[in-house]
Amino acid sequence: MQLQVADSILVQNYISGDEKSLEMLINKHNQRLTSFIYSKVLDRAIAEDIFQDTFIKVIRTLKRGAYNEEGKFLPWVMRIAHNLIIDHFRRNKRMPKFEGSEDFNIFSVLGDGKLDAERQLIKDQIDSDLVLLIEELPDDQKEVLVMRIYKDMSFKEIAENTGVSINTALGRMRYALINLRKIIEKNNIVLTN
Amino acid sequence: MEQIYPRQQNKCKLVKVKPERVKLLLQYSKALNIVNHKGLTFENNLN
Repeated sequence: MQLQVADSILVQNYISGDEKSLEMLINKHNQRLTSFIYSKVLDRAIAEDIFQDTFIKVIRTLKRGAYNEEGKFLPWVMRIAHNLIIDHFRRNKRMPKFEGSEDFNIFSVLGDGKLDAERQLIKDQIDSDLVLLIEELPDDQKEVLVMRIYKDMSFKEIAENTGVSINTALGRMRYALINLRKIIEKNNIVLTN
Repeated sequence: MEQIYPRQQNKCKLVKVKPERVKLLLQYSKALNIVNHKGLTFENNLN
């Protein structure tokens, strides 16, 4: 049979330095307080966090000697927990949190812009295939395409570097793309990601 | 009925925090040292 010691005695003992009394207080009110918090937040992890924050406040207040035994211990702890629950909901209102469900996952529409490992592999493969295809182009077309796509040069810069007019550079680029498409179709190459 | 009142059912759930949480609080309590000096309160964490 477990002996139930009054809260006020446990609090006094704890203030006097008996750490075991705190353990008894926590265990005594664990289920009641956690269930109360859980009934409001409906999330086990958040309920545990709020329970922890509640008792951190309790510990600090008791150790500071700021606790007065006018009311009862449990209602006081419940009030602290209640205030922390309100803080939790206020915080969430300022920063709304979206949680996905089984039907809809937020990460299917949000991403960090990076490809996943499989898509990155496919992209690398396409890039290397494309390099081989570009090698098949006539030199003048290949030169313009490489300058435009890989060196990110403007057609004005390409024209200046190759000693041709802008229109000629544009025409070579156009034929380069047409010929690339022809090579792809002719060899039944599939370039997709 | 189950589909109409699923949240009400959750509200009746009895839960306890994990023993790790209790242990953490006890360790926090042991490590916390509060000193009053000339009307000023100092909190020390002795971890």
